[in-house]
Amino acid sequence: MEQFEPKLVAFVCNWCTYAGADLTGTSRIKYATNVRIIRFPCTGRIDFMLISKAFANGADGVIVSGCHPNDCHYTSGNFHARRRWMSYNAMLTFMGMDPERIIFSWVSAAEGAKWADIVNQSVDKIRKIGPFTEYQKLVQSGIEEENFNG
Amino acid sequence: MDNLRKKAKELLESKSVDLVIGYENGTNGKARAVFIKDPEKTGKLIYDERCKQNLAVYLNKHEVKHYGRIAIVAPLMVMRSILVLISECQVKQENITVLGIGNDGSFLDFQSMEVVEKYISKIPLGNPEPDQVIIDKLNAMTMEERREFWQNELERCFKCYACRAACPMCYCLRCTVECNQPQWISAPAHPLGNLEWHQLRTMHLTGRCVSCGDCGRACPLNIPIHLLTMQQAEEAFHMFGVRAGTSMKADSALSTYKPDDKENFIL
Repeated sequence: MEQFEPKLVAFVCNWCTYAGADLTGTSRIKYATNVRIIRFPCTGRIDFMLISKAFANGADGVIVSGCHPNDCHYTSGNFHARRRWMSYNAMLTFMGMDPERIIFSWVSAAEGAKWADIVNQSVDKIRKIGPFTEYQKLVQSGIEEENFNG
Repeated sequence: MDNLRKKAKELLESKSVDLVIGYENGTNGKARAVFIKDPEKTGKLIYDERCKQNLAVYLNKHEVKHYGRIAIVAPLMVMRSILVLISECQVKQENITVLGIGNDGSFLDFQSMEVVEKYISKIPLGNPEPDQVIIDKLNAMTMEERREFWQNELERCFKCYACRAACPMCYCLRCTVECNQPQWISAPAHPLGNLEWHQLRTMHLTGRCVSCGDCGRACPLNIPIHLLTMQQAEEAFHMFGVRAGTSMKADSALSTYKPDDKENFIL
Protein backbone atom coordinates (compact mmCIF):
# COMPACT_ATOMS: atom_id res chain seq x y z
CA MET A 1 0.00 0.00 0.00
CA GLU A 2 1.21 3.44 -0.80
CA GLN A 3 2.47 5.41 2.15
CA PHE A 4 0.34 8.36 3.31
CA GLU A 5 2.15 11.60 2.54
CA PRO A 6 0.86 14.30 4.89
CA LYS A 7 0.67 17.94 3.89
CA LEU A 8 2.25 20.26 6.41
CA VAL A 9 2.20 24.03 6.53
CA ALA A 10 4.97 25.78 8.42
CA PHE A 11 4.39 29.31 9.72
CA VAL A 12 7.81 30.66 10.49
CA CYS A 13 9.27 33.99 11.50
CA ASN A 14 11.46 35.88 9.08
CA TRP A 15 14.35 36.50 11.46
CA CYS A 16 15.12 33.11 12.97
CA THR A 17 13.38 30.04 11.61
CA TYR A 18 13.17 31.22 8.01
CA ALA A 19 16.89 31.99 8.06
CA GLY A 20 17.44 28.68 9.86
CA ALA A 21 15.57 26.81 7.14
CA ASP A 22 17.68 28.67 4.59
CA LEU A 23 20.78 27.44 6.41
CA THR A 24 19.44 23.88 6.24
CA GLY A 25 19.39 24.27 2.47
CA THR A 26 22.78 25.89 2.10
CA SER A 27 24.24 23.22 4.40
CA ARG A 28 22.85 20.62 1.95
CA ILE A 29 20.88 18.86 4.69
CA LYS A 30 18.04 16.81 3.24
CA TYR A 31 14.64 16.84 4.87
CA ALA A 32 11.07 15.79 4.13
CA THR A 33 9.45 17.65 1.25
CA ASN A 34 5.96 17.54 2.79
CA VAL A 35 6.26 20.98 4.26
CA ARG A 36 5.20 24.31 2.73
CA ILE A 37 6.95 27.17 4.44
CA ILE A 38 5.16 30.49 4.86
CA ARG A 39 7.21 33.41 6.06
CA PHE A 40 5.91 35.91 8.62
CA PRO A 41 7.55 39.00 10.07
CA CYS A 42 7.33 37.54 13.57
CA THR A 43 5.66 34.74 15.52
CA GLY A 44 3.63 37.50 17.14
CA ARG A 45 1.98 37.99 13.74
CA ILE A 46 0.81 34.38 13.47
CA ASP A 47 -2.88 34.57 14.28
CA PHE A 48 -4.56 31.36 15.46
CA MET A 49 -7.07 31.83 12.65
CA LEU A 50 -4.26 31.18 10.15
CA ILE A 51 -3.85 27.74 11.67
CA SER A 52 -7.55 26.94 11.31
CA LYS A 53 -7.43 28.23 7.74
CA ALA A 54 -4.49 25.94 7.00
CA PHE A 55 -6.48 22.97 8.28
CA ALA A 56 -9.59 24.06 6.41
CA ASN A 57 -7.52 24.21 3.23
CA GLY A 58 -6.34 20.66 3.56
CA ALA A 59 -3.29 20.70 5.80
CA ASP A 60 -2.81 17.62 7.96
CA GLY A 61 -0.40 19.33 10.28
CA VAL A 62 0.97 22.76 11.06
CA ILE A 63 4.40 23.77 12.29
CA VAL A 64 4.75 27.12 14.05
CA SER A 65 8.28 28.23 14.66
CA GLY A 66 10.18 31.36 15.55
CA CYS A 67 13.00 32.87 17.53
CA HIS A 68 13.99 31.48 20.90
CA PRO A 69 12.70 33.47 23.91
CA ASN A 70 14.80 36.64 24.42
CA ASP A 71 15.95 36.52 20.76
CA CYS A 72 12.95 38.18 19.14
CA HIS A 73 13.84 40.80 16.55
CA TYR A 74 11.01 42.91 17.96
CA THR A 75 11.96 42.12 21.58
CA SER A 76 8.68 40.59 22.72
CA GLY A 77 6.78 39.15 19.75
CA ASN A 78 7.58 35.56 20.63
CA PHE A 79 6.72 36.09 24.31
CA HIS A 80 3.27 37.30 23.29
CA ALA A 81 3.00 34.43 20.83
CA ARG A 82 3.92 31.93 23.54
CA ARG A 83 1.03 33.08 25.74
CA ARG A 84 -1.29 32.91 22.76
CA TRP A 85 -0.25 29.32 21.98
CA MET A 86 -0.63 28.30 25.61
CA SER A 87 -4.18 29.64 25.58
CA TYR A 88 -4.89 28.21 22.14
CA ASN A 89 -3.74 24.75 23.18
CA ALA A 90 -5.88 24.93 26.31
CA MET A 91 -8.90 25.93 24.25
CA LEU A 92 -8.42 23.20 21.65
CA THR A 93 -8.03 20.60 24.38
CA PHE A 94 -11.23 21.79 26.07
CA MET A 95 -13.07 21.64 22.75
CA GLY A 96 -11.90 18.08 22.26
CA MET A 97 -9.45 18.79 19.46
CA ASP A 98 -6.10 17.27 20.25
CA PRO A 99 -3.42 19.92 19.59
CA GLU A 100 -1.03 17.13 18.51
CA ARG A 101 -1.33 18.22 14.86
CA ILE A 102 0.19 21.58 15.65
CA ILE A 103 3.90 21.51 16.35
CA PHE A 104 5.49 24.50 18.04
CA SER A 105 9.21 25.05 18.14
CA TRP A 106 11.93 27.62 18.54
CA VAL A 107 14.52 27.41 15.77
CA SER A 108 17.24 30.05 15.53
CA ALA A 109 19.02 31.19 12.37
CA ALA A 110 22.00 29.01 13.34
CA GLU A 111 19.98 25.83 13.86
CA GLY A 112 19.71 24.50 10.32
CA ALA A 113 20.07 20.93 11.53
CA LYS A 114 17.36 21.41 14.18
CA TRP A 115 14.95 22.64 11.50
CA ALA A 116 15.53 19.49 9.45
CA ASP A 117 14.93 17.41 12.59
CA ILE A 118 11.74 19.26 13.48
CA VAL A 119 10.32 18.83 9.99
CA ASN A 120 11.26 15.15 9.78
CA GLN A 121 9.86 14.42 13.24
CA SER A 122 6.66 16.32 12.50
CA VAL A 123 6.11 14.55 9.19
CA ASP A 124 6.65 11.17 10.89
CA LYS A 125 4.27 12.12 13.67
CA ILE A 126 1.51 13.30 11.32
CA ARG A 127 2.03 10.30 9.07
CA LYS A 128 1.40 8.08 12.08
CA ILE A 129 -1.71 10.05 13.14
CA GLY A 130 -3.04 9.93 9.59
CA PRO A 131 -4.99 12.41 7.46
CA PHE A 132 -7.13 15.00 9.25
CA THR A 133 -10.41 13.50 8.05
CA GLU A 134 -12.56 14.85 10.90
CA TYR A 135 -11.73 18.40 9.92
CA GLN A 136 -12.20 17.71 6.22
CA LYS A 137 -15.64 16.36 7.05
CA LEU A 138 -16.49 19.69 8.66
CA VAL A 139 -15.18 21.50 5.59
CA GLN A 140 -17.23 19.32 3.27
CA SER A 141 -20.43 19.80 5.24
CA GLY A 142 -19.88 23.52 4.82
CA ILE A 143 -19.53 23.30 1.06
CA GLU A 144 -22.69 21.25 0.67
CA GLU A 145 -24.66 23.69 2.70
CA GLU A 146 -23.27 26.69 0.87
CA ASN A 147 -24.24 25.17 -2.47
CA PHE A 148 -27.65 24.33 -1.10
CA ASN A 149 -28.15 27.94 -0.06
CA GLY A 150 -27.23 29.02 -3.56
CA MET B 1 -33.50 48.63 47.44
CA ASP B 2 -34.65 51.86 49.08
CA ASN B 3 -31.04 52.90 49.60
CA LEU B 4 -30.33 52.21 45.93
CA ARG B 5 -33.31 54.31 44.79
CA LYS B 6 -32.45 57.10 47.21
CA LYS B 7 -28.84 57.27 46.05
CA ALA B 8 -29.85 57.19 42.37
CA LYS B 9 -32.32 60.02 43.00
CA GLU B 10 -29.72 62.06 44.85
CA LEU B 11 -27.20 61.64 42.06
CA LEU B 12 -29.67 62.71 39.37
CA GLU B 13 -31.05 65.63 41.42
CA SER B 14 -27.62 67.01 42.22
CA LYS B 15 -26.74 66.56 38.55
CA SER B 16 -23.59 64.64 39.46
CA VAL B 17 -24.67 62.02 36.92
CA ASP B 18 -26.69 62.40 33.71
CA LEU B 19 -28.04 58.88 33.45
CA VAL B 20 -28.72 55.93 35.72
CA ILE B 21 -28.62 52.43 34.27
CA GLY B 22 -30.34 49.77 36.34
CA TYR B 23 -32.96 47.05 36.35
CA GLU B 24 -36.75 47.43 36.35
CA ASN B 25 -39.72 45.06 36.25
CA GLY B 26 -40.26 43.93 32.69
CA THR B 27 -43.00 41.86 31.12
CA ASN B 28 -43.68 38.21 31.94
CA GLY B 29 -42.24 38.63 35.41
CA LYS B 30 -38.76 39.26 34.05
CA ALA B 31 -36.37 42.03 34.93
CA ARG B 32 -34.99 44.27 32.20
CA ALA B 33 -32.57 47.13 31.83
CA VAL B 34 -33.84 50.66 32.42
CA PHE B 35 -32.25 54.00 31.59
CA ILE B 36 -33.32 56.82 33.90
CA LYS B 37 -32.74 60.53 33.33
CA ASP B 38 -35.57 61.89 35.48
CA PRO B 39 -34.94 61.74 39.26
CA GLU B 40 -38.68 61.20 39.84
CA LYS B 41 -38.52 57.88 38.00
CA THR B 42 -35.85 56.28 40.16
CA GLY B 43 -38.64 54.44 41.98
CA LYS B 44 -38.64 52.01 39.08
CA LEU B 45 -35.25 50.61 40.11
CA ILE B 46 -35.22 47.11 41.48
CA TYR B 47 -32.65 44.52 42.39
CA ASP B 48 -33.34 40.84 43.01
CA GLU B 49 -32.27 37.41 41.76
CA ARG B 50 -33.93 38.01 38.38
CA CYS B 51 -31.46 40.81 37.62
CA LYS B 52 -28.79 38.81 35.85
CA GLN B 53 -27.97 40.82 32.75
CA ASN B 54 -24.51 42.36 32.66
CA LEU B 55 -25.43 46.05 32.33
CA ALA B 56 -21.82 47.03 31.61
CA VAL B 57 -22.54 46.09 27.99
CA TYR B 58 -24.36 49.43 27.58
CA LEU B 59 -21.51 51.61 28.85
CA ASN B 60 -19.57 51.40 25.64
CA LYS B 61 -22.52 52.00 23.33
CA HIS B 62 -22.37 55.25 21.46
CA GLU B 63 -25.95 56.24 22.29
CA VAL B 64 -25.35 55.72 26.00
CA LYS B 65 -21.86 57.16 26.12
CA HIS B 66 -22.94 60.55 24.83
CA TYR B 67 -24.96 61.17 28.02
CA GLY B 68 -21.66 61.75 29.78
CA ARG B 69 -21.60 60.79 33.45
CA ILE B 70 -23.37 57.54 34.16
CA ALA B 71 -24.33 55.75 37.36
CA ILE B 72 -24.80 52.02 36.97
CA VAL B 73 -26.32 49.36 39.20
CA ALA B 74 -23.47 46.92 39.54
CA PRO B 75 -23.27 43.51 41.15
CA LEU B 76 -19.80 41.96 41.24
CA MET B 77 -19.66 40.86 37.59
CA VAL B 78 -20.67 44.32 36.37
CA MET B 79 -18.04 45.94 38.58
CA ARG B 80 -15.40 43.64 37.13
CA SER B 81 -16.57 44.35 33.58
CA ILE B 82 -16.30 48.09 34.26
CA LEU B 83 -12.72 47.64 35.47
CA VAL B 84 -11.84 45.75 32.28
CA LEU B 85 -13.44 48.50 30.17
CA ILE B 86 -11.48 51.16 32.07
CA SER B 87 -8.20 49.22 31.75
CA GLU B 88 -8.80 48.94 28.01
CA CYS B 89 -9.50 52.69 27.76
CA GLN B 90 -13.08 52.13 26.61
CA VAL B 91 -14.78 54.17 29.31
CA LYS B 92 -13.45 56.99 31.46
CA GLN B 93 -13.11 56.26 35.13
CA GLU B 94 -14.39 59.72 36.11
CA ASN B 95 -17.58 59.23 34.09
CA ILE B 96 -18.75 56.14 35.95
CA THR B 97 -20.43 55.98 39.33
CA VAL B 98 -20.87 52.46 40.67
CA LEU B 99 -24.09 51.73 42.56
CA GLY B 100 -22.69 48.55 44.03
CA ILE B 101 -24.70 45.48 44.93
CA GLY B 102 -23.16 43.09 47.44
CA ASN B 103 -23.35 39.33 47.20
CA ASP B 104 -26.32 39.38 49.59
CA GLY B 105 -28.15 41.89 47.40
CA SER B 106 -27.54 44.86 49.68
CA PHE B 107 -26.65 48.30 48.37
CA LEU B 108 -22.99 49.33 48.61
CA ASP B 109 -22.10 52.97 48.32
CA PHE B 110 -18.75 53.29 46.55
CA GLN B 111 -17.11 56.70 46.61
CA SER B 112 -14.59 55.97 43.88
CA MET B 113 -13.34 53.29 41.52
CA GLU B 114 -10.36 52.70 43.83
CA VAL B 115 -12.78 51.56 46.53
CA VAL B 116 -14.36 49.18 44.02
CA GLU B 117 -10.92 47.73 43.28
CA LYS B 118 -10.31 47.25 46.97
CA TYR B 119 -13.72 45.62 47.44
CA ILE B 120 -13.04 43.15 44.59
CA SER B 121 -9.57 42.31 45.91
CA LYS B 122 -11.19 40.98 49.10
CA ILE B 123 -13.62 38.62 47.34
CA PRO B 124 -12.62 35.13 46.19
CA LEU B 125 -13.11 35.15 42.41
CA GLY B 126 -13.80 32.32 40.03
CA ASN B 127 -16.49 30.82 37.88
CA PRO B 128 -20.01 30.47 39.27
CA GLU B 129 -20.30 27.13 41.07
CA PRO B 130 -22.86 25.39 38.77
CA ASP B 131 -20.86 26.28 35.65
CA GLN B 132 -17.57 25.14 37.15
CA VAL B 133 -19.18 21.79 37.96
CA ILE B 134 -20.07 21.27 34.28
CA ILE B 135 -16.60 22.41 33.20
CA ASP B 136 -15.00 19.89 35.56
CA LYS B 137 -17.29 17.21 34.20
CA LEU B 138 -16.24 18.08 30.64
CA ASN B 139 -12.58 18.08 31.59
CA ALA B 140 -12.96 14.59 33.03
CA MET B 141 -14.24 13.29 29.66
CA THR B 142 -11.99 11.87 26.99
CA MET B 143 -10.91 14.04 24.07
CA GLU B 144 -13.39 12.29 21.70
CA GLU B 145 -16.30 12.69 24.09
CA ARG B 146 -15.56 16.37 24.44
CA ARG B 147 -15.29 16.81 20.69
CA GLU B 148 -18.61 15.11 20.20
CA PHE B 149 -20.18 17.23 22.93
CA TRP B 150 -19.03 20.49 21.37
CA GLN B 151 -19.80 19.44 17.83
CA ASN B 152 -23.35 18.55 18.81
CA GLU B 153 -23.78 21.80 20.71
CA LEU B 154 -22.15 24.11 18.17
CA GLU B 155 -23.91 22.50 15.24
CA ARG B 156 -27.14 24.14 16.41
CA CYS B 157 -25.68 27.64 16.35
CA PHE B 158 -27.23 29.77 13.60
CA LYS B 159 -24.88 32.68 14.09
CA CYS B 160 -27.24 35.31 15.43
CA TYR B 161 -24.27 36.76 17.36
CA ALA B 162 -26.43 37.40 20.43
CA CYS B 163 -23.45 36.15 22.47
CA ARG B 164 -21.37 38.92 21.00
CA ALA B 165 -24.05 41.55 21.55
CA ALA B 166 -24.49 40.53 25.19
CA CYS B 167 -20.80 40.66 26.05
CA PRO B 168 -19.39 43.93 27.44
CA MET B 169 -15.94 42.93 26.19
CA CYS B 170 -17.04 42.31 22.59
CA TYR B 171 -17.08 45.97 21.67
CA CYS B 172 -15.05 46.08 18.43
CA LEU B 173 -16.88 48.18 15.86
CA ARG B 174 -15.46 46.00 13.11
CA CYS B 175 -15.47 42.41 14.27
CA THR B 176 -13.32 39.85 12.45
CA VAL B 177 -16.49 37.93 11.72
CA GLU B 178 -17.76 40.74 9.50
CA CYS B 179 -14.45 41.02 7.70
CA ASN B 180 -14.79 39.60 4.17
CA GLN B 181 -11.46 40.45 2.64
CA PRO B 182 -10.28 37.87 3.51
CA GLN B 183 -13.40 36.04 4.66
CA TRP B 184 -12.09 34.65 7.94
CA ILE B 185 -15.35 33.05 8.92
CA SER B 186 -17.92 31.94 6.38
CA ALA B 187 -21.23 33.71 6.70
CA PRO B 188 -23.73 30.79 6.62
CA ALA B 189 -24.10 28.70 9.74
CA HIS B 190 -22.44 25.34 9.11
CA PRO B 191 -20.29 23.13 11.33
CA LEU B 192 -16.93 24.54 10.22
CA GLY B 193 -17.94 28.19 10.31
CA ASN B 194 -19.65 27.71 13.67
CA LEU B 195 -16.57 26.07 15.12
CA GLU B 196 -14.34 28.85 13.80
CA TRP B 197 -16.64 31.56 15.12
CA HIS B 198 -16.74 30.10 18.62
CA GLN B 199 -12.98 29.55 18.63
CA LEU B 200 -12.49 33.14 17.58
CA ARG B 201 -14.83 34.44 20.25
CA THR B 202 -13.20 32.31 22.91
CA MET B 203 -9.67 33.31 21.99
CA HIS B 204 -10.51 37.01 21.79
CA LEU B 205 -12.03 36.81 25.28
CA THR B 206 -9.24 34.79 26.86
CA GLY B 207 -7.94 36.70 29.85
CA ARG B 208 -10.68 39.32 29.46
CA CYS B 209 -13.77 37.30 30.35
CA VAL B 210 -15.15 38.04 33.82
CA SER B 211 -17.31 34.86 33.84
CA CYS B 212 -20.65 36.67 34.02
CA GLY B 213 -22.21 34.02 31.76
CA ASP B 214 -24.28 36.51 29.80
CA CYS B 215 -23.24 35.01 26.43
CA GLY B 216 -24.77 31.69 27.45
CA ARG B 217 -27.93 33.37 28.76
CA ALA B 218 -28.27 35.41 25.57
CA CYS B 219 -28.08 32.33 23.35
CA PRO B 220 -31.59 31.64 21.99
CA LEU B 221 -30.67 27.97 21.53
CA ASN B 222 -29.21 27.56 25.02
CA ILE B 223 -25.83 26.46 23.72
CA PRO B 224 -23.54 26.59 26.76
CA ILE B 225 -20.94 28.77 25.03
CA HIS B 226 -20.22 30.58 28.28
CA LEU B 227 -18.38 27.44 29.38
CA LEU B 228 -15.75 28.06 26.70
CA THR B 229 -14.83 31.53 27.90
CA MET B 230 -15.19 30.56 31.55
CA GLN B 231 -12.82 27.63 31.11
CA GLN B 232 -10.36 30.00 29.41
CA ALA B 233 -10.71 32.48 32.28
CA GLU B 234 -9.74 29.72 34.71
CA GLU B 235 -6.89 28.59 32.43
CA ALA B 236 -5.57 32.13 32.13
CA PHE B 237 -5.55 32.44 35.91
CA HIS B 238 -3.91 29.07 36.26
CA MET B 239 -1.23 29.74 33.62
CA PHE B 240 -0.58 33.45 33.98
CA GLY B 241 -1.90 34.26 37.44
CA VAL B 242 -4.18 37.06 36.29
CA ARG B 243 -7.90 37.50 36.55
CA ALA B 244 -9.72 39.96 34.36
CA GLY B 245 -11.48 42.86 36.02
CA THR B 246 -9.50 43.13 39.22
CA SER B 247 -7.77 46.41 38.58
CA MET B 248 -8.06 49.49 36.39
CA LYS B 249 -4.47 49.17 35.26
CA ALA B 250 -4.12 45.46 34.63
CA ASP B 251 -3.27 44.37 31.12
CA SER B 252 -5.17 41.35 29.94
CA ALA B 253 -3.40 37.98 29.94
CA LEU B 254 -2.70 37.98 26.21
CA SER B 255 -1.61 41.61 25.86
CA THR B 256 1.27 41.16 28.23
CA TYR B 257 3.85 38.46 29.04
CA LYS B 258 6.47 37.26 31.47
CA PRO B 259 9.85 36.13 30.14
CA ASP B 260 9.54 33.00 32.26
CA ASP B 261 6.03 31.85 31.28
CA LYS B 262 6.04 28.07 31.60
CA GLU B 263 4.85 25.81 28.83
CA ASN B 264 5.68 22.20 28.02
CA PHE B 265 4.93 21.80 24.34
CA ILE B 266 7.33 24.05 22.42
CA LEU B 267 10.20 22.02 20.99
